[in-house]
Amino acid sequence: MKNIKVLGPGCKRCQTTEDMVKAAAAALGIEASIEKITDYAEMAKYGIVSTPGIVIDGKVVHAGGLPKEDDLTRWLQA
Amino acid sequence: MNTIAESLGQARKSQGIWFAGIAIFVTAWFVLYNQLLPFARWLVTQLPIAPGSHLASSVEFFFYDTPKVLMLLTLVVFAMGVVRTFFSPERTRALLAGKREGLGNIAAAHLGIVTPFCSCSAVPLFVGFVSAGVPLGVTFSFLIAAPMVNEIALGLLFALVGWKVALTYLAFGLSIAIVSGWVIGRLHLEGWLEPWVREVRAGAVDLEDEHLTWVDRFEAGWDAVKEIVGKVWYWIIAGIAAGAFIHGYVPAELLSSIMGADSWWSVPAAVLLGIPMYSNAAGIIPVIEALLGKGAALGTVLAFMMSVIALSLPEMIILRKVLSLKLIAVFVAVVGTGILGVGYLFNALFS
Repeated sequence: MKNIKVLGPGCKRCQTTEDMVKAAAAALGIEASIEKITDYAEMAKYGIVSTPGIVIDGKVVHAGGLPKEDDLTRWLQA
Repeated sequence: MNTIAESLGQARKSQGIWFAGIAIFVTAWFVLYNQLLPFARWLVTQLPIAPGSHLASSVEFFFYDTPKVLMLLTLVVFAMGVVRTFFSPERTRALLAGKREGLGNIAAAHLGIVTPFCSCSAVPLFVGFVSAGVPLGVTFSFLIAAPMVNEIALGLLFALVGWKVALTYLAFGLSIAIVSGWVIGRLHLEGWLEPWVREVRAGAVDLEDEHLTWVDRFEAGWDAVKEIVGKVWYWIIAGIAAGAFIHGYVPAELLSSIMGADSWWSVPAAVLLGIPMYSNAAGIIPVIEALLGKGAALGTVLAFMMSVIALSLPEMIILRKVLSLKLIAVFVAVVGTGILGVGYLFNALFS
């Protein structure tokens, strides 16, 4: 069970990122709890400067812009 | 059908094909670009409009500027999209953290031009910078330069109004960002941040190095074109329509009496008018072009443009989440004063 957080204030790209993460996890058959973080203070604690960000099991793997499909698969399988 | 899509997909992975494709594209671009004016003139003669009329002159401006601006935008956004893959806000922050004021302000303003930045990221960026030990004034220098001195503004000014204006805009936009940030830093206003911003401590982030190939960078450029051109084209059309109206119908005597260098009040009026107006640089520059063509003073017009882009109400509303109203007022006052100064200076220098 992976714990995934998508960090972003709710702009369109953040929403797209969340959908991409969900789709990628489903495609890989990975069980994941996906949580959306919209609180700015919470985001800052993860140390990211640009949104959307992705945190998997407590580790920041991505910040700023849409993630690439290939990368997403790699992070989820790691 | 499938095989074509597949081979296209294959081709996109090849660096050689990207280079060749870009070379062909740029050549075609220049050939086409040089034909735009004759084409716009020809198009107008095909329409049932009396030659030499106000309408003809407006329509020609519109037909000429629309493809011109869109083509320029595509080229500039692609190039900058590629350049920006070499920078990230996280790396910029690492460069600026712990920098002293002065040098830090100068570095921040320059990094503001090349660091990828979208306005919906303004708050996380602000908090991320301040919480990691980037001084408040240095953060402001970045935040002022990033929207104001951007590649779209510079590229379009260069092409539509000329390199002298583009260079002066660059120099003075940077100066305003550096000086305003420095002044805000000197005022020691950290206490005027929202309380939670002062308390947050940034976690250390250790993003794995992304190994980008040239193909990745070109694709990032292409993505930027799709996103930015897809997002701003209606601003541009609206801006060009406004510019076309001014070009065809507004009498030069009227404009130069209102926006000419002789009327001292026109600069503050331009700054005030610009604050509630919100437009992208791409939308405002066709208007600038038309205003200048009608004899408006350069300083007044540049002050208007800077005010529209750098002091926008929507951005202030977003920043209200991290800044107290007092601090926003100081921000507007300092940047507004800088823009006023630039406006008067230019009117004095170029009239």
